[in-house]
Amino acid sequence: MIRLDSIERVFQVGNENVYALNNVSLKISQGEYITIMGPSGSGKSTLLNIIGLLDRPNKGFYILDDVNTTDLSDEQQALVRRHKIGFVFQFFHLVPRLTASENIELPLILAGMKPEKRKDRIKLALEDFRLADRAKHRPDQLSGGQRQRVAIARATIMEPQVVLADEPTGNLDRASGKEVIEILEKLNKKGIILILVTHDPDLGNRAVRKISMVDGKILDDTLALESSKYRLSDK
Amino acid sequence: MKAEDILNFSIRASTGYKFRTILILIAMAIGVASVVVLTSLGEGARQYVTSQFSSLGTNLLIVLPGRSETTGGPPPLLGETPRDLTLDDAIALKRSSAIRLISPISVGSAPVSWKQLEREVIILGSTPEIYEVRHLSMSLGRFLPSSDPRREEALCVLGNKVKKELFANQSPLGEWVRIGDRRFRVTGVLAKKGQSLGFDMSDVVIIPVASAQSLFNTASLFRVLVQASSREAIPRAREAILKTIRERHDGEDDITIITQDAILSTFDRILNALTLTVAGIAAISLTVAGILIMNVMLIAVSQRTTEIGLIKALGATRRQIMHLFLAESIILSITGAFLGLIIAFTGVLLLTRIFPNFPILIPSWAVATAVGVSLLTGLVFGVFPARRAAKLDPVQALSRR
Repeated sequence: MIRLDSIERVFQVGNENVYALNNVSLKISQGEYITIMGPSGSGKSTLLNIIGLLDRPNKGFYILDDVNTTDLSDEQQALVRRHKIGFVFQFFHLVPRLTASENIELPLILAGMKPEKRKDRIKLALEDFRLADRAKHRPDQLSGGQRQRVAIARATIMEPQVVLADEPTGNLDRASGKEVIEILEKLNKKGIILILVTHDPDLGNRAVRKISMVDGKILDDTLALESSKYRLSDK
Repeated sequence: MKAEDILNFSIRASTGYKFRTILILIAMAIGVASVVVLTSLGEGARQYVTSQFSSLGTNLLIVLPGRSETTGGPPPLLGETPRDLTLDDAIALKRSSAIRLISPISVGSAPVSWKQLEREVIILGSTPEIYEVRHLSMSLGRFLPSSDPRREEALCVLGNKVKKELFANQSPLGEWVRIGDRRFRVTGVLAKKGQSLGFDMSDVVIIPVASAQSLFNTASLFRVLVQASSREAIPRAREAILKTIRERHDGEDDITIITQDAILSTFDRILNALTLTVAGIAAISLTVAGILIMNVMLIAVSQRTTEIGLIKALGATRRQIMHLFLAESIILSITGAFLGLIIAFTGVLLLTRIFPNFPILIPSWAVATAVGVSLLTGLVFGVFPARRAAKLDPVQALSRR
């Protein structure tokens, strides 16, 4: 489903070239649950941004659903993002002047869906994420956990194949963090690829496949272990 | 993305940042209002002058004795004075088919008295035709009866003000007033008519031209008013006048002809230029408003960087983001223009209350231009911020809290 082939992402800092991603190759199949861990500046977020088509690699290929996305124009990439990828951020990034349901509606509006159809979908999503009574509230009237649930509802309203979460619990207390993770994992059970970037080892260890990164390189990928020793039920 | 959704989103964005929205609206409203009010004033001035001239009469030519132009050739050996324009000259003009009416005018000033009251008044010697040529109307009695203009008759018509001051509320009809050393019988009183070109038609006494000439002891006319038979006939009438007078004055062109159209079009040009100048100055304020819109939209873009990054992550194309921000600046400028129109219309309404005699009219072209220009500024000055928003790098935009 997702294939990264010797991806390189270089940033220029002064006269120096800094490799945020250095020759990264990765294969992810449908319905996988992956956590990416590593110290700050190890390239986790850059990797996530490249998978999410927010950033372009300087070298290498990224193939999503048999399409080489590196060949696509900005507009085409935007369409791929719209239909196949959902983002969940640490700081929620809700539009402050819009209500919860309007925030969830945004991707549908961008896609040009008809208002009646939008309403039905939003109603369903609000119920799914237990936000029905919060629909008319603005973000500043919601708790952190509720905000992140709105953000997840927004990320999944277009029924994407991949959900990318960058420290989704980083700004939440333990209880609501746990709730958010459980929601994300539930989505994963339905067949969505879930990629989670985190600092928290407890979170990192929940996934079947754990990738750790250092200095723009993949240091460890538990998939390699699994293929030699099948221990899915170990946890 | 649907047009109504773009509209809705942009309206929500504008109302979400009230202070900045109000600032833009004020700037735009002032710009539009000043364009509309100032052009209305200019247009009003033009109409005022035009109406003043047309109150002189229609298809009018004015013949003056003496020449205002010089032609080449050696200076005359003997001093040359212009010949008088006489009553016979005026009557001779009547023969042309291009001329419908003539009204010779002789002017002087004389004391007018009735019983113990006496006033110094301007005396107009003319013929009954002046009634039609100058669009006069009567409030009492009749105008001078038509007869041979060469015949003296002891009849007079009083201006409204003269009648009031000499007779107060009594009827002057049939009374004899003394003008200079002669007595004239009053046949009528002119209706009240405003000033036209500083000449107050209510403060005159009109008597037959022959009587005026003998009263003031002159054979010369002050001028001859000529009404051409139609607007198209004005040039022909002009030629006919020149030819007739030349024949009668031994081949000399010693008269000056002023056509009403010439005066009118000159004033029209001047006042049009004035209106455009004023509108131009006002347009500068519209441009300033446009620059303000650009400024505030740029601030909006940097304020909403994360929002832009977010909707990019949600799959908004550059074009969509362009549209969102352009729609916002256009909505702001249109609303501002609308407010400006309201201000302008109330302002003009107030002005017409304060100066009821001065015709202030909002020309429709001014409204159309003001709205058009404000739309254009919104579009032009909105493009740069919108492009900046569309070009934002989503990763950087989202990395900000």
